Amino acid sequence: MKLTQISVFLENRKGRLYDVCSLLGKTGINIRALTIAETETFGVLRIVVDKSDLAIQTLRKNNFVANLTDVVAIEVGDKPGGLAEILKVFADNDVNVEYMYGFVEKFSDNALLVFRFEDTDNATKILADKGVKVVTRKEIEGL
Amino acid sequence: MDVPFWNKEIETADRSRLEAIQLERLRETVGWALKTPFYQKQLRQAKISSADDIRSLADLRKIPFTTKDDLRLNFPRGLLAVDMKDVVRIHSSSGTTGIPTVIYYSKEDIDNWTDMLARCLFSTGVTSRDVFQNMMTYGMFTGGLGMHYGAERVGMAVIPMGGGNTKRQIKTMKDFGTTAIHVTPSYLLHIHTKLEEAEVKREDLVLKKAFTGAEPHSEDIRKKIERIWNIDAYNSYGLSELNGPGVAFECVYKNDMHLWEDGYIVEIIDPDTGEPVRDGDSGEVVLTNLIRRATPMLRYRTRDLAYLHTDPCPCGRTHRRLSRIMGRTDDMLIINGINLFPSQIEEVVMRIPEVATNYIIQVEKRGDLDHLTVKVEIYPKLFLGDPSQLEALKGRITEELRSAIILHPTVELHEPNSLPVSEGKAKRVIDLRPKE
Ligand SMILES: [Zn+2]
Repeated sequence: MKLTQISVFLENRKGRLYDVCSLLGKTGINIRALTIAETETFGVLRIVVDKSDLAIQTLRKNNFVANLTDVVAIEVGDKPGGLAEILKVFADNDVNVEYMYGFVEKFSDNALLVFRFEDTDNATKILADKGVKVVTRKEIEGL
Repeated sequence: MDVPFWNKEIETADRSRLEAIQLERLRETVGWALKTPFYQKQLRQAKISSADDIRSLADLRKIPFTTKDDLRLNFPRGLLAVDMKDVVRIHSSSGTTGIPTVIYYSKEDIDNWTDMLARCLFSTGVTSRDVFQNMMTYGMFTGGLGMHYGAERVGMAVIPMGGGNTKRQIKTMKDFGTTAIHVTPSYLLHIHTKLEEAEVKREDLVLKKAFTGAEPHSEDIRKKIERIWNIDAYNSYGLSELNGPGVAFECVYKNDMHLWEDGYIVEIIDPDTGEPVRDGDSGEVVLTNLIRRATPMLRYRTRDLAYLHTDPCPCGRTHRRLSRIMGRTDDMLIINGINLFPSQIEEVVMRIPEVATNYIIQVEKRGDLDHLTVKVEIYPKLFLGDPSQLEALKGRITEELRSAIILHPTVELHEPNSLPVSEGKAKRVIDLRPKE
């Protein structure tokens, strides 16, 4: 099951990250997972939220440059070697990971990780075949 | 090389003869100018109350400059020197600020202007055997009708196409065997890309010459035009305040433009001090019109930057040659000794689709050196959420700027509508260097 990630372009200006977070907070949107890819002069904020449609509308209405990307969130056993198990599935099946990052909070004993794959459809198929538990949209919304 | 002359006696007259003509016509022009409310005031300031107060060409420098703002403030009749019954043509420009300027021409004024244009065209080697397609806009803009009259006087077959409608331009060139065109350089480049679409091959056309004008362009653009079209392209200079096209024009040698000194007095000044620059140095072009009675124009500040060549042209003409227009006084920056116009940067950033329409050029001191930063806003629809895409874009803009302007700028990517805009008009240049 695919989830929607929102990427927001952040120019190198003080308080810009705060602007995004407070805007979403005021709108009643919860950020589930977050990472920032930064360069010298600008950054790209990536978030997974509970209400992605509302979030992207709100951001664009407030003149943020934002775009949607498909990602997959996976439950990883919160124990030694938990992540390695998953990565082995990918390696064995030639699934390329572009980047990954963790959830802000846990909602079970397992850790939650967001993955961006080169080929999302293929990756979700393989995950389903291998019985890897992925997080559904419903779960994200009701977390 | 065969050097054709329209009026050999005048075109090769020695300097003392040219100066005698200039003085006589300047006195006459001052007499006309004194009939206008605007120049009565200007000339009174300079203690000039009649043509007799102009005794030598040096007296020209007593006369205050005329600016575009003067023309706007005195719209519509403040510079009209004849009775309306003697006016046969009106040209006007709306300008970017919305306040128009206007130029009136008497029958004799049109005749003088037309003769200058015939001289220009003839000096490139066209004759009555040529077929001339005028691709400049007609109407209130002087580039259309002005050149039309000049081409007719040479005896060419004139096709008054006006601008636009590219396919039809191409078909017309083919149908009538057009040999010469008057066109802006950018449009001429554009037409070439449409040949295929118009189902016309270059070989179907007998085009030999293009007269390019109405927008400053580089020697590189000329070379490109000549290469892709396999024609000769001649640069031209003119502005409606000085009649229109035909103030200066390239001869067969194509080594910058002979400025007709029996019709215009040219000065090159330091735009900050108003003082003349040294011979051959670049500065602002100031022109006095010697051949227009209905709207006299004394020491008009064109805001165009150029220089005059000091060496003679092999064609034998004595009228000095004006360089290509290097830019406008209102916007030139000097960065580490290199002249830079915002338009050069605009050209580069505007051809990159991922860049939105706003950009800022910022200059500051870093140590002893000037540092240039170009801030651009990204175009939201082309943001894919990927920082490496943006890094690549930044690299591409930097590289393209570097090759266009020699300087190595820092490029910053910004969010749309984040760069400051003042009074609806974008503020493009921020110069943070300390003023001396
Ligand atoms: Zn010459």
